Amino acid sequence: MNLLTAQASGGVPRSGKGLALGIWRFMLVAFALVLSLGFTQVALAQADPDREMNTAAPGITADQWRQVRSGETGPNYRDSRYESDYSLINASGETWRQIRNRWVSPFGLIAVFGMAALIALFYFIVGRKELEAPRTGRLLLRWTLMKRALHWTVATLFIILALTGMTLLFGKFVFRPLFGDGIWAWMIAATKVLHNYLGPIFGILLVILLVSLIKDNIPKKHDWVWFKKGGGMIGKKHVDAGFANGGEKAWYWLLATVGILVVASGFVLDFPNFDQGRDTMQWANIIHAVGALGLTAVSLGHIYIGTLGTEGALEGMTTGYVDETWAKEHHNLWYEEVKDQTLSEQEVAARKSSGGSSEPSATRTS
Amino acid sequence: MAQMKFMCDAERCIECNGCVTACKNANDVEWGIQRRRVVTLNDGEADEMSISVACMHCDDAPCMAVCPTDCFYKTDDGIVLHDKDLCIGCGYCLYACPFGAPQFPQQDAFGERGKMDKCTFCAGGPAESKEEEYEKYGSNRIAEGKLPLCAEMCSTKALLAGDAQDVADIFRQRVVHRGHKDGAWSNNPQASADNLAYDAAHKG
Repeated sequence: MNLLTAQASGGVPRSGKGLALGIWRFMLVAFALVLSLGFTQVALAQADPDREMNTAAPGITADQWRQVRSGETGPNYRDSRYESDYSLINASGETWRQIRNRWVSPFGLIAVFGMAALIALFYFIVGRKELEAPRTGRLLLRWTLMKRALHWTVATLFIILALTGMTLLFGKFVFRPLFGDGIWAWMIAATKVLHNYLGPIFGILLVILLVSLIKDNIPKKHDWVWFKKGGGMIGKKHVDAGFANGGEKAWYWLLATVGILVVASGFVLDFPNFDQGRDTMQWANIIHAVGALGLTAVSLGHIYIGTLGTEGALEGMTTGYVDETWAKEHHNLWYEEVKDQTLSEQEVAARKSSGGSSEPSATRTS
Repeated sequence: MAQMKFMCDAERCIECNGCVTACKNANDVEWGIQRRRVVTLNDGEADEMSISVACMHCDDAPCMAVCPTDCFYKTDDGIVLHDKDLCIGCGYCLYACPFGAPQFPQQDAFGERGKMDKCTFCAGGPAESKEEEYEKYGSNRIAEGKLPLCAEMCSTKALLAGDAQDVADIFRQRVVHRGHKDGAWSNNPQASADNLAYDAAHKG
């Protein structure tokens, strides 16, 4: 600034005299400038440390670190990273890690494998639930082709998602040491792709399945009795059940609540392109994992009862038809409604050969 | 063995973003990815404060703990590195990281994020050849006996990198010279009673 002023006041030298004057002026100002710098140095050196501390810019205080830790991003928060919406410190990250690694992960494993163990124990002690009366050979339509197709698609997707999901959570402890990095890299990449792409299909089909079954799953008074009697295990008598018994309805409503929650949180995780924040995804992940592990554990019960556990149950979902005796013993209220619609095996065979599409929809109201 | 650490002296950082530029230059990272960032709190106010952040190479790294593929590992120097061949781009490391260090080249539907990228302390990563290492992870200055370029280029020496002990020693000296009652970083309740830094400044 001083240099500029010096030159400006000197003007543009036209003659030799003017030039000499300009140089003298310039040198004088430059000298004064250097001299003043020297004085400043002396003044700084003589400064009293107490005074210096009082006049210096305030240091970083504990309050500022507290502000950092709170994750606050006020109007005067700047981040040099392009499109970054992250606070300086992600304080909830450690919470998420602890919930996931210390609680969800071990207890999820306990829930799933504990359930499997309990079912095995039950099977070995109590055994399969056989039909009490002989089969009559008369059949009743229970599941239409459409519903069977829906059920098995959703079931297959559920199993794939449960297996891939558990691989994402526990796989590194089992498969990486077992197969080595080469196969593990390929396996875990495929796992993620399967999980992420099949998940949304499962979600959509689950909603369709739930809607198509809602009429049969409205809770009734007799369902409460069903639960109190442990589904017929307590006491000798059969308990009342409509098209769906209390346990089936519980499974339905579990899927309709927790299942939908798992699907919804899955969408939050699967589509990070909607600008949802890191914190949102942390919570979505916890909800997703807890819900899915819980459903996986309960699904083992559903699978057991539907296959090994109950004579005559699986054929309903495979062929669509159940035996009259089975209907009477397991779903007496439904049987009362549809008992005049029984068919012989020949009639069923004739119907099926004439094409699945001409199957009548199951006539039932619960 | 050394225990490598970064430390940013918030009282020296002038928000010049030299470290950010140095990092991008040294590691030739993908478009849209910026391994180091400078955060400024209370910009323009009296208590303005800037700090440069990247992966801090945690002792107990949360990213390592939550990774579904187990792609992270720690070098003998305490540097947290990851194997991009194993990374599936699930984003869990980002959820867990306290410093927002992991970044992904994409943010697309169906969780397609691409391979995670983060600061390597200029120590490269696992690869067959030097060229592949540079391509995937950037430079390996540590192998050449050099420290991360961000800290080396810091004009005010606010950003320090090196062995934790050395970094701590430098910072301790600064604190003594500054004479802060609480030593700038700590919230030591004893500090005002002991006031060692203040005494040292007076005697010095």
